Amino acid sequence: MARKTIKVNYLARVEGEGAFKVVVRDGVVTSAELSIFEPPRFFEAFLRGRAFSEAPDITARICGICPVAYQMSAVHAMENALGVTVDGPLRALRRLLYCGEWIESHTLHVYMLHAPDFLGYEGAIDMARDHGDAVRRGLGLKKAGNDIVNFVGGREIHPINVRVGGFYRVPRRRELAPLAETLERAREAALETVRWVGGFEFPDRERDYTYVALRHPDEYPFNEGHIVSSRGLNITASDYDRHFEEIHVERSTALQSRMRDGGGSYLVGPLARYNLNFDRLSPSVQDAARAAGLGATCANPYQSIVVRAVEVLHACEEALRIIAAYEEPDSQAVPVEPRAGVGYGATEAPRGLLYHRYRLEADGTIAEARIVPPTSQNQASIEEDLASYVGGFLDLPDEALRNRCEQTVRNYDPCISCATHFLRLDMDRG
Amino acid sequence: MTDDRPRCIVIGIGNPDRGDDGVGRAVARSLQGRLPPKVAIVEQDGEATSLMACFDGVRTAYLIDACASAAARPGSVQRFDVSGTPLPQGAFTLSTHGLGLAEAIELARALGQLPPRCIVYAVEAGTVEPGAPLSPPVAAAVETVGARLCAEIERTVV
Repeated sequence: MARKTIKVNYLARVEGEGAFKVVVRDGVVTSAELSIFEPPRFFEAFLRGRAFSEAPDITARICGICPVAYQMSAVHAMENALGVTVDGPLRALRRLLYCGEWIESHTLHVYMLHAPDFLGYEGAIDMARDHGDAVRRGLGLKKAGNDIVNFVGGREIHPINVRVGGFYRVPRRRELAPLAETLERAREAALETVRWVGGFEFPDRERDYTYVALRHPDEYPFNEGHIVSSRGLNITASDYDRHFEEIHVERSTALQSRMRDGGGSYLVGPLARYNLNFDRLSPSVQDAARAAGLGATCANPYQSIVVRAVEVLHACEEALRIIAAYEEPDSQAVPVEPRAGVGYGATEAPRGLLYHRYRLEADGTIAEARIVPPTSQNQASIEEDLASYVGGFLDLPDEALRNRCEQTVRNYDPCISCATHFLRLDMDRG
Repeated sequence: MTDDRPRCIVIGIGNPDRGDDGVGRAVARSLQGRLPPKVAIVEQDGEATSLMACFDGVRTAYLIDACASAAARPGSVQRFDVSGTPLPQGAFTLSTHGLGLAEAIELARALGQLPPRCIVYAVEAGTVEPGAPLSPPVAAAVETVGARLCAEIERTVV
């Protein structure tokens, strides 16, 4: 019997540690498994017994790439529990901070981690020898994102300026002028990035995914909106647990998410956001997406690199709009009083929906915490992509096949460190 | 053209909340006030693109980081001149994310952005437990590396 195993024992160019194994029998993929062996991190247990006000700083430590997302979901969930609404300039500043993280995180993935797959390089260093101008552009663009996070968040990694109710320090209007100049240049680089990745060659693969993302009445989603799906779900974050569940699979230290009642796997992240919110992008960003070969929807996960580039362009434009409209708030934060209750928050991390739930004691102590990161939610979808797409690539030589499998995993920009709460490839084809 | 960018930079790399991983930053802090004023001293968490940004316009860079070569005792110090050759493979795996010090150096080299003189001091780590202080042998190495750097910079920069 023809038997083949594609095995990657330590996946490169993903955030964290993991592996995958694909088994092929007589030309048919019989199993595809993603294992996450990064040790579990027990953040939910660390949070119990801490003050509600500590959640943004503790959860920011879950990830060095998307700390803003953890801070945002944490503050929204706490404010939900404590009956506080943050709007006006403080809300705008949170969205500006999120723009910075999307630019930073997406640009790192597009240029350093994913583009080498499409251009046939081992990694960014090899690619840089032949595509120096592109890599320099990417580094400059990423730095613009770092600058926003540094400026609004207080420092580039694990920002320290976010608190329940608002910020510790808010910027003066005149302080934002240099950032606007940087972002004008970044917008040009972002547009150039959309054109660059739009010219790559993409394997022609599509599946009928269930997309899940936030949707807001007016905005492409960052912090706020209903959780909607391409199958008609439309709920608030407080109903998340009624529709989604996490299950343990033996090969993984991260839990895998499913939709309850047999709904199965679903997909969060750039593709889901784009498909559910194309109409919320500005006409200029929509035009750039169409010029790069995307329609109003995109079901080819290999084109997620184009969608990320489009989202970076959106984030540059949105950041410029926020800065142009910024009025200094009367205070740095709205007052917050502890009380007993349960709070729910869901925001759009670069990799997709990030859900937090907290139960608080009357004095604001955290009695229970639950965090569902986007990579946990995408794990099942990653395995199904490997199972359904790899069969079409079996005529490739082993090394090319292994690279294609790795590329398929990288379509998701998985953040394994977050999900454990990386990657090896193991392909068995006889 | 006037250029006020530093010509010589000392970059301490690491995570101060992860035990001996913070040794590079501890060395950087210990050098404050001990180096010629035109030498810049910065601390970095080791993320590649931020590290590369520090190389802009620099003639000489000294980088201090923790390493885990397994062959050496905690606190032992190695010096690598990476101006022309890469760091040895495998010793710098403490970064939690895909692109660390070795990648930053090679990416900078590929883009023609590596300072002409680039020296790495590596201190063998013992513990990288979250929240742990520097272990005694690594804490002792802070002064050893600091003194070697002061002497080397005095010889080469002035």
